[in-house]
Amino acid sequence: MIEFLQLLGKSTRASFTKLGRASFFLIQIVSGIASVLPRPRLLLKQMYSVGVLSFLIITISGLFVGMVLGLQGYYTLSDFGAEETLGVMVAASLVRELGPVVSALLFAGRAGSALTAEIGLMKATEQLSGMEMMAVDPIKRIISPRFLAGLLSMPLLAALFSAVGIIGGQLVGSGLLGVDEGAYWSQMQANIDFQDDIINGVLKSLVFGFVTSWIALFEGYDSIPTSEGVSRATTRTVVNSAFSILGLDFILTALMFGDD
Amino acid sequence: MQHTNTQDTLVGLFVAAGIAGLFFLSMQVSNLSSFTEHDSYTITARFENSGGLKVKSPVSAAGVKIGQVTGIRFDPKTYQSVVSLSIDVQYNNLPEDTTASIFTAGLLGEQYVSLEPGGSDDYLKNGGNIEITQSAIILEKAIGQFLFKSAEEKAEGKKK
Repeated sequence: MIEFLQLLGKSTRASFTKLGRASFFLIQIVSGIASVLPRPRLLLKQMYSVGVLSFLIITISGLFVGMVLGLQGYYTLSDFGAEETLGVMVAASLVRELGPVVSALLFAGRAGSALTAEIGLMKATEQLSGMEMMAVDPIKRIISPRFLAGLLSMPLLAALFSAVGIIGGQLVGSGLLGVDEGAYWSQMQANIDFQDDIINGVLKSLVFGFVTSWIALFEGYDSIPTSEGVSRATTRTVVNSAFSILGLDFILTALMFGDD
Repeated sequence: MQHTNTQDTLVGLFVAAGIAGLFFLSMQVSNLSSFTEHDSYTITARFENSGGLKVKSPVSAAGVKIGQVTGIRFDPKTYQSVVSLSIDVQYNNLPEDTTASIFTAGLLGEQYVSLEPGGSDDYLKNGGNIEITQSAIILEKAIGQFLFKSAEEKAEGKKK
């Protein structure tokens, strides 16, 4: 019994110290952003590896998600004779939920894990300590540009995901199943609100980008510098990111779309 | 140097595509394009029952959208529903005896306010009031009345 309590206390303390380290790390990253801005080349390089390389997976997944939504939505809506509202259904579910959430999950799998592995290996091969020896701050030089790149890429990727998905839904809906194309777009425009839906979707993806990049970078920076430690850290990145994205999504949805 | 240039181009393409996606969402998908904040003036209409009318519901005349509902409140003195309508300022020649009715777009569609211009030479001004109104048709009421009526007719038919 006492052993169990000891174990519980130990793990609670460990998780609190980890949270503390992560928060301190975040403060360092954010204060390091100021020194990234005069050197846009660092940021550009990371935008390439975080954003451009995720571009393909995001657009292709978005297209398929939109097409599936078109099919499923059509089958359900045609039971009620409301096929014309397919556009609203596809656009609302993509812009409000699926766009930010699924692209953030893909982003965590595609870019987050790569970031953790990269930073973890840098630590394992003592490149980070090497930089410190040369009086180069690894946070400013390595971490902050990656964080900023993740934060900026995420809303763009989510917007792309939603846009491609809506076009995919239209391809299936009016191309394959015969929903009127004019009704698809006009119903959508009448029912999707710029402020309530689009802006809130972008805000969501910004929050997800922030959290995912933070988790990925912290897990890499905090990993045990062995091959096993790096592999565990990579796994933790994906798992923790998925948890925080889905949990935060619930909270954000309740806050944003609650009083409708 | 060649390598970084390609990278720059790709990053530029990525950012441009992302911004194009955002632009597409705001212009093509949402109501931003139709919601250009024109100058508008407000008039009120009192209904016995405003049914399922909501703020932002469209206001139309002859089937064309000319404004939107900006407020609905209950007047505790007259027990009526006071609906504020914001009309685009380019349609400032609505006669004073305009009729306002609440209709439903389609059988299950959303409700909207329809204005039918009268014949007066005086026009409605900002803060004006529409006198002649027709309430929303409550479907349950109409069905109830119909059932009651048909039952009554049946009973009368039996008597004869």
